[in-house]
Amino acid sequence: MIDSDTRRRLRAQDIGFYTVFATISATYVLLILLLLGADALSTSPREFFRALAKPPIQYSILLTMASCTISAIASMWVAIPVGYLLSRHKFPGRSLVDAILDIPIVLPPLVIGLSLLILFQFWPFSLISGAVVYQIPAVILAQFTVACAFAVRTMRATFDQIDPRHEQVALTLGASRMMAFLLVVLPEARRGMLTALTLAWARALGEFGPLLIFAGTTRMKTEVLSTSVFLELTIGDLEAAIAVSLLMVLAAVVVLVIARVWGTREVLT
Amino acid sequence: MNTIPGIELDGVTIRAGAFQIENVGLVAPQGSYVALMGKTGSGKTTILEAIAGLRRVTQGSIRIDDRDVTDFPPAHRGIGYVPQDGALFNHMSVFENLAFGLHVRRVAREQRKERVLDLATLLEIRHLLARSPVHLSGGEKQRVALGRALAFSPTTLLLDEPLAALDDETREHMIGLIEGIRREMPVTVLHVTHSLAEAKQLADQIYVIEKNLPKDAESDLPSQGPPMVKLR
Repeated sequence: MIDSDTRRRLRAQDIGFYTVFATISATYVLLILLLLGADALSTSPREFFRALAKPPIQYSILLTMASCTISAIASMWVAIPVGYLLSRHKFPGRSLVDAILDIPIVLPPLVIGLSLLILFQFWPFSLISGAVVYQIPAVILAQFTVACAFAVRTMRATFDQIDPRHEQVALTLGASRMMAFLLVVLPEARRGMLTALTLAWARALGEFGPLLIFAGTTRMKTEVLSTSVFLELTIGDLEAAIAVSLLMVLAAVVVLVIARVWGTREVLT
Repeated sequence: MNTIPGIELDGVTIRAGAFQIENVGLVAPQGSYVALMGKTGSGKTTILEAIAGLRRVTQGSIRIDDRDVTDFPPAHRGIGYVPQDGALFNHMSVFENLAFGLHVRRVAREQRKERVLDLATLLEIRHLLARSPVHLSGGEKQRVALGRALAFSPTTLLLDEPLAALDDETREHMIGLIEGIRREMPVTVLHVTHSLAEAKQLADQIYVIEKNLPKDAESDLPSQGPPMVKLR
């Protein structure tokens, strides 16, 4: 039996433990909220809409929406087969492939941009260099390179969670590999797919370093929201930079809500 | 009983990671009901998966209805397979689960519906057809899994401990249903179980993986009932 003094002492220890952990957690959450709050307080609705009315910002919004969507969809076309193969099959060099796929996640963004720029100096990429580098395709390719790595991670975790027995049964019932995949695996992976798609979209939205190097920051040409913030700051229009930042915050929140509500929580990385 | 082998394993060796089963020989005559017994981890499910084409055989041959299917993909073996937990497709309704084998074989919609309704009546799951498998009880799930495996009229049925997770009453009911299916359909059944009572009740013949033989089976070997054959 534990006497009442011991029980009180143990409870006090528990309170101390949870107080320390909760304080650390609350401090970080508060820091994020303060960052957003400071942005919101530094502008007014009038300034916000004035910034959004500027033609370069409107162009930037349109290009961002289009490029992020294309990058995210392209990422899914790669992430689904790669994630599936890594999850379901052991093959020579799997660990190496797995490690290579992490490179875009761990590399400094500027290095990715520089690497893309250098790559397009070499044949056969050099043949299309003029149509890609410092053009809109460079925006999409730079966003895709990083976003795809996150989508692959998410899809692999999604397929890991799906019981392989289901597709095995589909095979015994007469389905081909492709039918089993399309009729059984993909529908079961739909929540993970939504999470991967939204994460890839959000990553593409936040890309800046690779775009700066590989696509440039030309107004009304390769300008997306992240580069708009940079351009507005360089010309001294802080209000416009804040307004664009708030717009990005809003887009990120929408995407995160979609991922949290309809996606798979377990695979959010 | 028919003497043509429905399932025949000849010197089959299967490797699954560090685990290996060697030189397995088994014959189930067409239309017979054969139980495969052994302790947990003895390789019963691995043998079943090899027959279904889900595991590669490193040596020996597998014949289904006197046809060498050793290198056939699962879809071309003509086997109905019921895994231990049923593995129902949770994103489909019970009806869609039952119709899956017919759907992938491009059977006409009307014929599909007719076959599913017949099976649902036989397995007493007609009232569940519109439901999602997620909310079914263990016994209901196993009946749906059984119906799904039988829908395309396979000649061979592989059951992996289909009654293991059921309570006594449901198990007895399922046994009655399986016996009913055997009367209705000419199908060779290989039933993996660790229950000697279940094997004795249903099987014409019992194969026992000898190395990990359950104690009760060891003592019951000479007793009356279906003939027992030791594997290894």
